[in-house]
Amino acid sequence: MDRMLDLDTILTVITIWVGIGVIALVAPRHTRYIAQGLFPFSAVLSLALGGLALHSLFVPPQAVVLPLGLPRLPFLPGLQFHLRIDSLSAFFLAVIGATSAGTSIFSAGYLRKGEGTPPGLQCLQYHLFLAAMAVVVLADDAYSFLVAWETMALSSYFLVIANHRVASIRSAGYLYLLLAHIGAVAILLCFGVLQANTGDFTFANLRTQQLTPFWASIAFVLAVIGFGAKAGIVPLHVWLPEAHPAAPSPVSALMSGIMLKTAVYGLLRIAFDLLHIQIWWWGALLLGLGLLTAMFGVVFTTVQTDMKRLLAFSSIENLGLIFVSTGLALMFRTYAMPALAALALTATLFHVAAHALFKSLLFLATGSVLHATGERNLGKLGGLIRTMPWVAWLSLIGALAASGLPPLAGFVSEWLLLQTFLFTTHLPTSFLNMLVPVVAAAVVLVAALSAYAMVKFFGVIFLGQPREEKLRHSYDASLLERVGLAWLAAGSIALGLFPVQAIDGIDRVTRLLVGFGLGPTVHASGWLLLAPTSIQRASYSPVIFLLVVAAATAFTAATARILYQGRLRRAAAWDCGYPFQTARMQDTSEGFGQPIRQIFEPFFRMRRELPSPLDARPRYRVVIEDHFWHWIYRPVQALVERVARLAGRVQQGRISIYLLYSFVTLVVMLLLMGR
Amino acid sequence: MLVSPYAFLAQLLQFLVALAAAPLLTGWINQWRAWLQNKTAPSLLQPYYVLHKLFQKEAVAAESASMLFRATPYIVFGCMASACGIVPALSTDLPLAPVADAIALVGLFALARVFISLAAMDVGTAFGTLGARREMLIGFLAEPALLMALFSASLITNSTSLTAIVNKMAHSQFQLYPSMAFAGVAFTIVSLAENARVPVDNPATHLELTMVHEALILEYSARHLALLEWASSLKLFAYSCIGLALFFPYGVAQADAPQAMLISLPALLLKLAVGGFALALIETVSAKLRIFRVPEFLAVAFVLAVIGLLVHGLLGA
Repeated sequence: MDRMLDLDTILTVITIWVGIGVIALVAPRHTRYIAQGLFPFSAVLSLALGGLALHSLFVPPQAVVLPLGLPRLPFLPGLQFHLRIDSLSAFFLAVIGATSAGTSIFSAGYLRKGEGTPPGLQCLQYHLFLAAMAVVVLADDAYSFLVAWETMALSSYFLVIANHRVASIRSAGYLYLLLAHIGAVAILLCFGVLQANTGDFTFANLRTQQLTPFWASIAFVLAVIGFGAKAGIVPLHVWLPEAHPAAPSPVSALMSGIMLKTAVYGLLRIAFDLLHIQIWWWGALLLGLGLLTAMFGVVFTTVQTDMKRLLAFSSIENLGLIFVSTGLALMFRTYAMPALAALALTATLFHVAAHALFKSLLFLATGSVLHATGERNLGKLGGLIRTMPWVAWLSLIGALAASGLPPLAGFVSEWLLLQTFLFTTHLPTSFLNMLVPVVAAAVVLVAALSAYAMVKFFGVIFLGQPREEKLRHSYDASLLERVGLAWLAAGSIALGLFPVQAIDGIDRVTRLLVGFGLGPTVHASGWLLLAPTSIQRASYSPVIFLLVVAAATAFTAATARILYQGRLRRAAAWDCGYPFQTARMQDTSEGFGQPIRQIFEPFFRMRRELPSPLDARPRYRVVIEDHFWHWIYRPVQALVERVARLAGRVQQGRISIYLLYSFVTLVVMLLLMGR
Repeated sequence: MLVSPYAFLAQLLQFLVALAAAPLLTGWINQWRAWLQNKTAPSLLQPYYVLHKLFQKEAVAAESASMLFRATPYIVFGCMASACGIVPALSTDLPLAPVADAIALVGLFALARVFISLAAMDVGTAFGTLGARREMLIGFLAEPALLMALFSASLITNSTSLTAIVNKMAHSQFQLYPSMAFAGVAFTIVSLAENARVPVDNPATHLELTMVHEALILEYSARHLALLEWASSLKLFAYSCIGLALFFPYGVAQADAPQAMLISLPALLLKLAVGGFALALIETVSAKLRIFRVPEFLAVAFVLAVIGLLVHGLLGA
C-alpha cells in the first residue's frame, strides 16, 4: 500500500470534521438534527482518526506540503502548510481521537435548546476546535503551527462564551483570551529565535540550527512561558478555574482533556526535537515550576465549592505533575542517561493519555449533573447516586483514576514517576541528588491529597442525603451521554490494566525523543507484568492485581452468603441514636475541605466572617483567594488602568483640540525635517 | 511465570495464617493492654467470639444506603486479605509477590481507605461524613510518610519489591543503616495512625468527638460490621508484617529452601507477639491527641522519613 496513505486519510478526516461544522450551519437552530445526526458521525470520525494515529505510531514519519497559505511576496518567502506525522504527533493524535470520540458522542445527548449560541454555530466552533488541535500536532512549520494554535484558541474562546449573556462568563472568556495571547506571543518569539535569521520557518530548518547556549535558553524559556500559559502552569494558571466553569461541559472536557495536552506536545517538540542542545537547569526549571503548580493546584482543589472549578484546579495539578516528569526527562537527557530519560518521558506520556481520559469523563459527568439539577455548587448537591446511578458509577471510575488508585490509569503514571525518582541516584550534581528525595516526597503528598479532593468531589455530589428538595427529582443521563461516559471510563480502565501494551506505543515516541525505549525490557517480563528494568527491581501487574482483589472480594461475599443468611433489613439511619437528622447536618463541601484550609493556610488569601454567639442571625462567610491574583494580576491591572487613564487625558473629545494635536505634530515634524 | 508447588503452598498458607491469626493478634494486643492497665483481660479468643456473634445477626442498613454502602465491606476485606497475601511474611517465594511492589501495596491500602470513606458518606449522617473527612485527613499525611519509609529500604536494596528487600536485608552482612532508623520511627507513627491506635484514635471508646474509625463504621451492623472489623485486624496484621519485613527480616523462608517454612511460621508468630506487646505498651504510655494535633504528629513522621532519605543520600548508606 501507498506509504502516504495514513497522513492523507488523517487530513481527509480533519477536513470532514470542518465539513460537519459547516453543514450544521444549514439549520443552526435545529437541535435534534445537529445533536443526533452530526455528532455521532463526528465521534465515528474521531475513532477513525485515533485508529489511523495508532497505526502511524509504528510506521516511519510521513510528510505533505499543502498549497495553502500566503503567496510569495517580494520580501517574504512563500509560506505553505508543511504537515508531518511522526510518532510524537501520532501519539497525541491518538489521544485526541480517543478522547474526542467520548466527548462527541456525549455531546450528541447533551446539546439542549436555548443554551446560549445556537447549536449549529456551537457545532461549527466545536469541530473547528477539534480540527485545529489535530493540525497543531501535525504542523511541521512554525507558520502552520501558529495558525492552528490561534484557531484553537479562538474557536475555544467562542465555545467558552457560548452562554455570553451572562456577564461573568464574558469576563472569564476575556481572561482566557488574554492569557492565550500572552502565550501565543511568547511562542511566536520562540520560533523567531529558533529560526536564527534564516527566514525559513520549517521545523526541518529549525532542527539544523546551531544556537548558542544563550539563545537556546532564551528560546526554551519563551517556550515554557508560551506553553505554560496554555497548560495552566503557575502563575499563568488563572484562566483555568474561570474558563472551565463558564464553558459547556463537553467543551470543558475537550479543553482540559486535550487542549492542555497540546501545550505539553509543543514543549516536548521544542525542547527535545527542535533544540539541538539541552542545558541542565532547564530540567530543574520545569521540575520546580511543575512541583509548585502541582502543589498549588491540589491544595486549591480540596477547598473548592464549585464542581467544575474543583476539576479545573485538579487539571492544574495534573499538568504540574506532567511538567515534573518532563523536567526529569530533560535533566536525564542533559546528563546522557537515556534509560532514565525514557522512563520519565514514559511517565509523562502515560499521564497525558490517562489524564485526557479520566478528566474528560469527570467534566462530562458534571455536565450531566448540571443538566439534571441545574446546580454547579457542591453545597447544593448530594445523594445523586440514587437518582442518577449511571453517571455516579461511571464517575466513580473517573474519580478513582484521578486519585491515582490501582488498578486504574492514574496509578500507572504515578508508579512510573516514583520509579524514576527511585532510580535516580547518580546525578553528577550533588545538589540535584539531594533535591530528588524532597521532590519525590512532594509528589507523593500531591498524589495523596488528590485522593482527598476526589473523595470530596464524589462524596459530596453523589453520596449522602440530597441537600436540596429539588434533587429528588433529578434524572439520569440520556443513553448517548451514558455511551460517551462509558467509553471514557472503559478507556481509563483499559489503560490502567494494560500498561505494557500502551508502553509499546510510547516506546516509539521515547525512541524518537531520547533515543531509548522501554519496550524491549517491559516485554521481557511478559505482557501481564510491568517491570521497567527487571522483576527484581520493581514490578506491578494490574490485571492480576485486579483479579486477586476481585476474587478475594467475591469469595468473601459468597462465603458470607452461604454460611450466614444474606438478609438485610432497612431502617432509619443509626447516627448514634440521634433521631432528628437533616441533610443540613452532613459535611458541606466547605466543611470537608476545612482541615486542608487549616493545614495549608499560607497557600490561601482568606477573608473570614465568623458569627459571634450572640448574633440573632448568625452568618458565616469565607472567601478564598489566590495569592497570585493579589500580588501579580491586580498590580498589573492597576498599572494598566493608570497608564490608560494618563493616556486618556489627551482625549478630550473636542475637534479643536485634536486639530491642535495635528498642528503641533506637523510643526515638530517640520522642525525635525527642516534641519 | 512458572509456579513451583512449594511457592503455591506458601502462598496458600500465608493467606490462611493471615486470616486466622489477624484476630488473634488483635486479641493479644487487647489482652496485654488490659494487663498493663491493671484490668482483667478478656480472653485471647474474644475477637473470634465477637466476629461469630456479628455474623449470626440480621444485617440492618439505613433506608438511604446505596449499593456502594453494601459492597464496601467486601471490597475492603478483599483489599486487606490481598495485602496480607502480598507481604512476604512466611516466605519470599510467593507467586503473588511480583504482582504488587511496595508502591502498589500502599495504593491498595489507599483504595480500601477511599472506599470506606465513601461508604461512610453514603448514608449522609453527621458522624459518617465527619469520620470520612478525618480518615482522609490522616490518610493524606500517613500515605506519603509510609511510602517514604519504604523508599528508604528501597534505596538500600535498589528495589521496590518487598521480597527483594527482605532477601537482601536478611542475607547481606549485618549493618546498621542510619536511614532505616529514621524510617523506623516514621513507620511506627504511621502504623499507629493507620490502624486507629491510641495517640491518634482510640479503638476502645465511642466518644464521638474524638473517634475516627468508629465513626466510619457507625452505620454498619452484623456481617458487614464483622467483615470491617476483621479487615481492620487484617490491616494491622499486614502493617506488622511490613514492619517486620523492613526492620526484622530474619527467619523468612527463601525460594531455595521450602522446608524453612517450618521455622518461619513459629518465627513469625514470635515476632508478632513481641510486636503486639510493644504496641500495647506504646498505647498504654501515650495519651490521645486532639484531632488537630494529629496532622502535626504525622507531619513529624513524614519529615523524619524524608530526612531518612536525605541521610541515605549524604552517607551513601
